[in-house]
Amino acid sequence: MKAPVSTAVAIGVGGVILLGYFLPVPYLTNLRLLLLQWAVFLAAAALFVAALNLSQHHWVRLTNRHEAGTSGLLLIALWGSFVLGLVYPLHSAAVRGLFRFLILPIGVALLGVLTVSLIYAALQMMRRRPGLFSVLFLTTAMLILLGATALPGIGPIPFLSDTLRPWLAQVPAAAGARGILLGVALGTVATGLRILLGSDRPYGE
Amino acid sequence: MTAWTTGLTDIAGLVCVALFLAVMLLGLVVKVPRPGRDLRPLHALRRLRQAIFLTVESGQRLHVSLGRGLLMHQQMAVGMVGLRALERLVSMTAAGDRPTIVTAGTGPLGILSRSTLHSAYETHHWEERYRPTDARVTGLTPFAYAAGAGEVIATENVAANFFLGAFGPEVALLADQAAARGEFVAAGSDSVLAQAVLYAVAEEPLIGEEAFAAAAYLGAGGLHATSLIAEDVFRWLLIALMVGGALFKLVGGHP
Repeated sequence: MKAPVSTAVAIGVGGVILLGYFLPVPYLTNLRLLLLQWAVFLAAAALFVAALNLSQHHWVRLTNRHEAGTSGLLLIALWGSFVLGLVYPLHSAAVRGLFRFLILPIGVALLGVLTVSLIYAALQMMRRRPGLFSVLFLTTAMLILLGATALPGIGPIPFLSDTLRPWLAQVPAAAGARGILLGVALGTVATGLRILLGSDRPYGE
Repeated sequence: MTAWTTGLTDIAGLVCVALFLAVMLLGLVVKVPRPGRDLRPLHALRRLRQAIFLTVESGQRLHVSLGRGLLMHQQMAVGMVGLRALERLVSMTAAGDRPTIVTAGTGPLGILSRSTLHSAYETHHWEERYRPTDARVTGLTPFAYAAGAGEVIATENVAANFFLGAFGPEVALLADQAAARGEFVAAGSDSVLAQAVLYAVAEEPLIGEEAFAAAAYLGAGGLHATSLIAEDVFRWLLIALMVGGALFKLVGGHP
């Protein structure tokens, strides 16, 4: 068997957390909370490892002089932000400024690019996958968008804004989303059980 | 809700989980369904297999993107399926000139993807093909991850992409970039928002629980296939309960 100790730990911890969730036994509940606290520490450590992994990749690029400028800038930004977060408290002007003047504008800019990408993709979809469902998808998206828009001089479009859009969002769209989420929930349960049975072991080497 | 009914709900939940497990194990004893024969064919995954063979033939790379599954969050489940699918995909592409490349957006998934990659090569006695740099964490926020993974798509001689994990709408940037370069894209996520976006952008989107079935359809083994049967059984039970509940309310019944 691949990595028997890791498998035993995963099955044991998973079993305790599952039982602690369902059975109101104080000892189990406390043990579950303790294990979850350990998991929080592990997640933080994993985040640090991820930062190191990212740095390693860009350090190699920097030393190989392959797009060294971009990689150097990224390394300075990554570890500069890290040091800033260590030196100053989270609510300080320096850290808030970093988010407000750098991270937020970059995120918003990418969101703008995303909007353009989606409009272009929606148009491409009709060419790539023509059919009833594509027409239905695009028509619904257009009606929802138009229903959320106020026209100059008219305001919200009558019937579309107050009747059709809420109905589309609350009845067929919500029903479809709930159906998808039920499928996702069942898939999640199956995945959890496979890990508890030791069938899925991504941690073994 | 009283303590008695809360206790009853907890016990019912545990019984449901136990029944789900029983159906999965029963499937192993009775008959393991074979995807494509006993289970409906999934077009997206059939196309992915074809794209992989073409990728290997042309000496290019497969890019697997595992998204941003967080530890202690239900999003990690689809990431776990992605890791199992990765194991299968590595064995399908290991004969090629260029190894599969993996990107992840969180620390735990980054560590696990590296471990899965190593383990998959080791299982097939291709240890010399394993390179730690083939599994990368490309960014720690959604858009940073998308930007980093986009760079992999653009610079690593990728011909086919498989996105399977927890994504947000930023996955559109990845799929759009790959499509613009003429690369194949199959993609699935547990998020409804990402699925809606992928329906428009990806060449082959996986909708709903299809993302969770991916590993089974790529030949991950018995329990993956029987868990699809358990999911179907419980889906029908839920449908019956919902229709029954609606009819019960319609005739004026009170729970």
